[in-house]
Amino acid sequence: MKIHEYQAKAILGKFGVPVPRGEAAFTKEEARGAAERLGTPVVVVKAQIHAGGRGKAGGVKLAKSPGEAAALAERMLGMKLVTPQTGEEGRIVRRLLVEEGLDIQRELYVSMLVDRATGAPVFMASTAGGMEIEEVAKKDPKAILRETIPAATGFQPYHARKLAFGLGLPPQMANVAAGFFGAIYRAFLETDASLLEINPCIVTGDGRLVALDAKVNFDDNALYRHPEFKDLRDLEEETPLEVEASKFKLNYIKLDGNVGCMVNGAGLAMATMDIIKLSGGSPANFLDVGGGASEEQVKNAFRILLSDPNVKAVFVNIFGGILRCDVLASGVVNAAKELKFKVPVVVRMEGTNVQEGQRILRDSGLNFAIAAGMKDGAEKAVALAGGAR
Amino acid sequence: MSVLVDKSTRLIVQGLTGREGSFHAQQMLDYGTKVVAGVTPGKGGTKHLGVPVFDTVEEAASRTRANASVIFVPPPFAADAILEAMDARLPLVICITEGIPTLDMVRVDAALKNSATRLIGPNCPGIISPGKCKIGIMPGSIHKQGHVGLVSRSGTLTYEAVDQLTRLGIGQSTCIGIGGDPIIGTTFLDAIRMFHEDPETHAIVMIGEIGGNAEEIAAEFVKKHVTKPVVGFIAGQTAPPGRRMGHAGAIISGGQGTAADKYKAMRAAGIHTVQSPAEIGHTLAKVLAKTGSKETRKQGGRSKGKRARR
Repeated sequence: MKIHEYQAKAILGKFGVPVPRGEAAFTKEEARGAAERLGTPVVVVKAQIHAGGRGKAGGVKLAKSPGEAAALAERMLGMKLVTPQTGEEGRIVRRLLVEEGLDIQRELYVSMLVDRATGAPVFMASTAGGMEIEEVAKKDPKAILRETIPAATGFQPYHARKLAFGLGLPPQMANVAAGFFGAIYRAFLETDASLLEINPCIVTGDGRLVALDAKVNFDDNALYRHPEFKDLRDLEEETPLEVEASKFKLNYIKLDGNVGCMVNGAGLAMATMDIIKLSGGSPANFLDVGGGASEEQVKNAFRILLSDPNVKAVFVNIFGGILRCDVLASGVVNAAKELKFKVPVVVRMEGTNVQEGQRILRDSGLNFAIAAGMKDGAEKAVALAGGAR
Repeated sequence: MSVLVDKSTRLIVQGLTGREGSFHAQQMLDYGTKVVAGVTPGKGGTKHLGVPVFDTVEEAASRTRANASVIFVPPPFAADAILEAMDARLPLVICITEGIPTLDMVRVDAALKNSATRLIGPNCPGIISPGKCKIGIMPGSIHKQGHVGLVSRSGTLTYEAVDQLTRLGIGQSTCIGIGGDPIIGTTFLDAIRMFHEDPETHAIVMIGEIGGNAEEIAAEFVKKHVTKPVVGFIAGQTAPPGRRMGHAGAIISGGQGTAADKYKAMRAAGIHTVQSPAEIGHTLAKVLAKTGSKETRKQGGRSKGKRARR
């Protein structure tokens, strides 16, 4: 789960990570009020969207007075921000963060995530603050410090020292650094974060470390431990169909092709997208109905994938193990009757009770194309969607 | 022979009396797996599906001489269940549960490194040595006993590949679903090393997906050591970056973990790569037809075969 910068900073602040003073603003007047209360000669007005690269796209501006902050807010709110991370369609700015301006001496990069290879949390840091870490990794992988935190000991002072010296911080900042990295570590662990990224993390003129930007993603699997995070979700940052699908616990990701896919299992669902592409078509979505999908779930899945106006044909690819083919077939038939399908549906089923499943489809009187295999199914669906593109 | 599980496997089902546990325990019993005990705290002393139930794994293990456990408990309790099985010194633990918090698995992973337990999963279909032992949720009927070792991060895609093999008359020694999570007990490298050392496994199929670099690490091992033919497929060639494709571990982040990188590493290792998921079986059949005679020779002396290839 992703959250906004201002929400991330509020959480980090609670764990003792120094963040700039600031307020969220949803209107021009709120922005003016925030700037007045901050009272610094310069305030920063930052667009809040769930994507990075905002600065270059015009989503981060300085204001020298509350009036200027209000004027900037008026311009930013409602504007479409296109950054390398938003894709061409961009994101509409609906929220702002107004912050105090700070005296920046150095810009660093600091992040934490769980390293899959070692199975442990790892700090990553570099002196190239403000740059995307992927860019740094490409240009000079050695410039990235990695400090793995063993589960047995947890975070120790020497971890902070290695990071501080590695980043070239002066010895008199050792205590500041120990406090900063320790707070980051606690925040990461206690919020069940999957990513915590401070870019840039700045050294101020008076020798403090401050999280000037903050990105925090939570582990979806651990959200049950943090009911308070539910309110931080911003549905306007998500694709409407994906929000709808999440209500039914369906794993749906909208893509830009025209062949709708309904598959059981994530691996097979990805492979189905791949084979549609290999057949010259383009998948409209990723959709995993799950291992033990019910008739109801199949109907929900159809309703969601057919709400995408780009879908010109649907490819149902099911390998029945726990999910029996006859159950799936009845689900498809009922969904077709109830939702009055207007696009052709190709069904490929294999596994438990497949004969019975195919009989149900044939006897339904509805016009399903029954495929002989995965390849045949993908080719039929691509052809029905208007052929290879 | 097969790897990890066979006729001598004596299985505990943690969460036996739950809905999932009951259903799959019955399927495993029907397949012929020796399910010797169940564990449900508070239900010790009862019987379920004719299997004795215990309150703790330790008691179940000591009373029934079990040597493996399969876990069907909900995500909030799954890490604890794995640690309990490990503490009971079971050599093999298979965790089917999907949705375990990553930081719970960080603790489990650290504990595993100092233990004698091998974990398979979590978020996996389990392991099967066809005709001998099935532990997990895979449909037993699509498998056929034979000599191909299969390792995969997926569930249904694994069934798809197995079905293709069986229809072509190609049997399997052992099929291992290692799971779709970012932190898992048994990796591609572990599984491939076991298949490499198993004299009854003559060829290997690996089915990877986007995210992480476990496929690349395994490919490096194949390049250096494995002389048995290996066929590889990667799911998610068309997946957009930055999105989690169903599995918690299936995500391209920061340009890392793409299908293209994995295919490149596999090809560099001499692995026979397949672009289409419909061609996994056919590709292996072709490879086996080509290398059939060589294959028998290699079995006699693995090191000789290795030298010959270099």
